[in-house]
Amino acid sequence: MKRTTIAAAAFGLALAGVASAQNEQFVPANFYWVGPYAPGGSGFGGGIIDYMQMLNERDGGINGVRLTWEKCETEYNNARGVECYERTKKHPPTGATVIHPLSTGITYSLIEKATADKIPVISMGYGRTSAADGRVFPYVFPLITTYWSQATVMVKYMGQKMGGMDKWKGKKLVIVYHDSAYGKEPIPVLTDMAKQYGYELTTIAVPHPGNEQQAQWLQIRQLKPDWVILWGWGVMNPTALKAAAKIAYPREKIVGVWWSGAEEDVLPAGSAAKGYISAGFNAPGSDFPVMKDIKKYVYDKGKGEFEDKARFGSIYHTRGVVAGIVTVEAIRNAQAKFGKGKPITGEQMRWGIEHINIDDKRLKELGATGLMPTLKVSCLDHEGSGLVKFQQWDGAKWKVISDWMEPDRKLVRDKVEADAAQYAKEKGLTPRDCSKEAM
Amino acid sequence: MLYREAGQFRSTYAEDQQIFPIRQDRIAMAALLVVAFVAVPLFGDQYWLSAILTPFLILALAALGLNILTGYAGQLSLGTAAFMGIGAFMAYNAMLRVPHMPILGGFIVGGLSAAAVGIVFGLPSLRIKGFYLAVATLACQFFVLWALNRVGWFSNYSSSGVISAQQIQLFGYPIVTPEAKYLLTLGVVVVMALAAKNLMRSETGRAFMAVRDMDVAASVIGIPMMKTKLLAFAISSFYCGVAGALYAYTYLGTVEPEAFTLDLSFRVLFMIIIGGVGSILGSFLGAAFITLFPIFLNLASKWLEHALGIEMSHAVVSNTEAMIFGALIILFLIVEPNGLARLWQITKEKLRLWPFPH
Repeated sequence: MKRTTIAAAAFGLALAGVASAQNEQFVPANFYWVGPYAPGGSGFGGGIIDYMQMLNERDGGINGVRLTWEKCETEYNNARGVECYERTKKHPPTGATVIHPLSTGITYSLIEKATADKIPVISMGYGRTSAADGRVFPYVFPLITTYWSQATVMVKYMGQKMGGMDKWKGKKLVIVYHDSAYGKEPIPVLTDMAKQYGYELTTIAVPHPGNEQQAQWLQIRQLKPDWVILWGWGVMNPTALKAAAKIAYPREKIVGVWWSGAEEDVLPAGSAAKGYISAGFNAPGSDFPVMKDIKKYVYDKGKGEFEDKARFGSIYHTRGVVAGIVTVEAIRNAQAKFGKGKPITGEQMRWGIEHINIDDKRLKELGATGLMPTLKVSCLDHEGSGLVKFQQWDGAKWKVISDWMEPDRKLVRDKVEADAAQYAKEKGLTPRDCSKEAM
Repeated sequence: MLYREAGQFRSTYAEDQQIFPIRQDRIAMAALLVVAFVAVPLFGDQYWLSAILTPFLILALAALGLNILTGYAGQLSLGTAAFMGIGAFMAYNAMLRVPHMPILGGFIVGGLSAAAVGIVFGLPSLRIKGFYLAVATLACQFFVLWALNRVGWFSNYSSSGVISAQQIQLFGYPIVTPEAKYLLTLGVVVVMALAAKNLMRSETGRAFMAVRDMDVAASVIGIPMMKTKLLAFAISSFYCGVAGALYAYTYLGTVEPEAFTLDLSFRVLFMIIIGGVGSILGSFLGAAFITLFPIFLNLASKWLEHALGIEMSHAVVSNTEAMIFGALIILFLIVEPNGLARLWQITKEKLRLWPFPH
C-alpha cells in the first residue's frame, strides 16, 4: 500500500515536471544503439544530442527555449521506427518538432504518416531521393544531398581523376551494392549517365548483411573494371575492402557512398582499407570551432554522449552535429517568423526548414566552415545543396582530398521531378504551387 | 465460484458442439469483442491504435496462419514472411492494375497468390518431414525475396523496389484515420480467426491433426496425404498473405521487400512456440508477447529511470531489454513448454474448482 503511494507520488511528480516545463522545444531522438548498425545510430544520435546539449549549456537554448529530447530505440527496424514515431509525436509542449529517422526504410514508412500529422521528416543523405521535390512532398526533406546527386558527383570525380569526362568512353564501372531499397536507389542514375558518357555499367548485388562476398569480387576480377562504386552498409563495407585486397584490386579505385565512409567501415579491414576513397557531406575532425565548443561545454562537464572518447569527432559524430545544426537553424528561422522565445509546432518548423539559408558567413558564425557545405532550402528544392566532398583513408584517419563538388543538377532534378510526379499521380495528390507559398 | 458450470445443461448436439460451451466464456468473449470494436476506437489514443494494436492483430493473423500449418498439420515452415510479402505485393498490384478493385478483393487476391505459391513450395512436404521440410520452405523465403527484388513488375518498376499502398476505401468510406484502419484490421482478423476455429473443428481440421500425429496411420485410415498436406499449405499461406496485405495497407503504408526477411519468419515462429502450438488462442497470446513485450520493457525502463531518478546509458538499457526478453522466453519455455495457451487452460481448470478444490 505504502509502496504504491510512493510510486504514485513519484510518478505524479514526474508528470508534473513534464507539464510545468512549457518553454521547451522537443526533438525526438529515435535512433539505434543495439544491433549490427549500432555504430551508425549511436554515433549520429550522439552528435545531434551533443549539439543540442551544447546549445542549452552555452546559450541556454534557442532564444531562451531549451531543447529537450527523448531517446527511443528503433533497432533500424521499420516497425519499431513507426512505433517510436507514434510514441514521440504528441510529446509536450508542441509535439515532435522534427524527425530524423536515420533509416531509408523508416523514412519511407513515415512519409505519409508525418505528412498527415504535419511533422517534418529530415532524411539527411538518405531516404527517398524524389522527396527533393517539395511541391509533392511538403513535409519530407532529404537535406544537403541525395543519393542521386551523390552518384553523379562520384562519376564526375572519377572522370576528373582520369583527366576529363570524355575519358569515360569505353571504360568499365562496377557498382557493388547492398541488396535493398537503399542499395538500388542510385542504379537508374548511373544507367542514364552510362548512356551519356559511354561507359559500361555492371551492377553486382550483395545480399544482406554482406559478410560473404567472394563470388562478387571474383566477378570483379574477371571484369577488370576501371572503377568500383561501393554502396554498402554496416559489416558489408570492411568485408568488401578485404575481398578487394584478396584479389589485389587497387583500393584507390574504389569509391564508397557516405554510408560506407566512416571509421567503423574501414578499421575492421585493417591495412586492406588503405587508399580507399569515399564520398561525404560532412568532414570528420575535432578542430572545428563548433566541435571545440561541444568539447568545452558538454564533454568537459561530463555530459557527453560517448563514453569512448575516441569516437569524438568521428564521421558519424560530426554528421550528427551537422544534423543538429540544420535542425537548430530551422527552429531559429521559425522562431524569427512565428515568435521569438516561444516553442514552435511541426507546421511552423516546416516553414523554418524551407527557409534555411546557411551561407559561408553563417557557417563561419556557427563555427562549421569546412564541416558541412552551404545550404539553401526552398519550397521547390528540399535538397538545398547537393555538394559532396571526397576523402581518403590513409590507414589511420580520413583525409579530405577534394573541395565541395557540384552534382549534375539537371539530370538529377529531371529524374526527381519525374519520380515525384508519378508518386503524385499514384496517390492522387495535387502538387503545391510554390509561387503562392507564404514568404 | 464465478466460473462454475453447475446448472448449465446441454440438451442438443448443437449446444454441445458450440465453440464456447460454458456460458461465462461466451459472456467474456462477447464483452471482449464489444471492448475491441467499440470501446477501444472510442477511447484508445492514436499511439495505441496505430503503433500497438494494429501490428499486434496483423502479426496474430500471421501466427494463426503458421499455426494452422505447423501446429495443426504438423508441417514445419520458415517461409511465413515470404508468404506475407507475396500477399502485400500482390494486393498492391491488384489494386494498381485492376480498375475499381475493392480493398477486400485486393486482400483476397494477395491471399490467393500466397496460397498458390504455398502449394508449390508445399510439394516437398509429400516426401520430406521435419527439419528437412523447414529447409525446403527456407528456400521459398529466399526465392520470394529475390523475385520481389529482381522482378520490377511486382513493385511497378519503382527504382528502389519500394511499394506505397494506395488510398483505400471500404464501401465508399475512406480508410484513413488510425481508428478506421484498426477497425478494418480487427474485422478481417476476427472473421478469419472464427473461420480458422471452425475449420479446425471440422473434418478438415481433424484430418490435419491426424497427419500431424502420425502420417502413416492417417493414410492407413484413408486420409489422402497429398490433398491434406497441400490444403494445409494453401490455407496457411492464405492467412499469411492476407496478414501481409494488412501489414502494407493498414500498418506501414509503404513496404520494401526487406520488411519480409527471414527475421520476421522466425519471429512468427517464436510467437506460436511461446503462445502455444496448435491453438488459436495461442497465436494471439504469442503475438502479444513477442510484439508488445519489448515495447513494454522499453517504456518500463523509462518509468524506472524517472521514478528512481537515476540515469543509465541508453545503450546499456537497450541491450538489457534484449537480454531480459531472451531470458523470459527461456523461462516461459521451461515453466510451460506448451505455451501461454496451456497456462491459460490450466488457470481455467483451477478456476472451475475454486475455492473448493478436491
